[in-house]
Amino acid sequence: MATYDDLSLTVRLFMKGYPFSRYAIDPVPCTPLAKPLNEARVALVTTAGLHTPDQPGFDSSIKMGDTSFREIPNTVETHSLIESHRSPAFDHAGVQADRNLVFPLDRFRELVARGEVGELNHRHFSFMGSIVGPRLLIGETAPRVAQLLREDRVDVAFLTPV
Amino acid sequence: MTTVSISLLREVTEVIRPPRALFVRYPMGYPLGEPNNPALQHRVIAAALSLLKRNDVPVLEEFEA
Repeated sequence: MATYDDLSLTVRLFMKGYPFSRYAIDPVPCTPLAKPLNEARVALVTTAGLHTPDQPGFDSSIKMGDTSFREIPNTVETHSLIESHRSPAFDHAGVQADRNLVFPLDRFRELVARGEVGELNHRHFSFMGSIVGPRLLIGETAPRVAQLLREDRVDVAFLTPV
Repeated sequence: MTTVSISLLREVTEVIRPPRALFVRYPMGYPLGEPNNPALQHRVIAAALSLLKRNDVPVLEEFEA
């Protein structure tokens, strides 16, 4: 069993060698806020690999990464969500103790209750991270989720990678 | 649709260039800081949401804990 520090070194080396620049966003899109935040509809998007108990987990056997996504209903009990993120690159104890660490649904419910955020969308979206080969993610699944969010008339997407 | 992202790896975010990102000095797996610390999680969220008003994209700010 490697220590966390060992894994971090592995991750650091991987990150150094990975061709991130191939996936640079260019040009950078700029969509100004359509309305004040206290009137806006917000959706959460995470790459924590969360899913509801009745949804299938992510497939960690896909070598280049599982590019599918799960719809998380806004009514979900946050702590019922299951984390099936495959990455050994981080300590999973945090998310196991509190899903809000990676998917802050309870915090956004509090912001809505305080009147600081208009409302939450009826669904949120969860992806698996560690997508080593992101071609399908960039070309298909991420645009599909963006389209669903547009159809839902979401004003703000709040993204939490892990 | 306006987006804002948490960033755990500044070097990666600088290359990918999402429109608005808040870099946090927390370990991977801990984008909102700490489990069961709603006050800290709210501070991170507020700092990220404050970037939504910025249109000088790409915006990459660091969270001051």
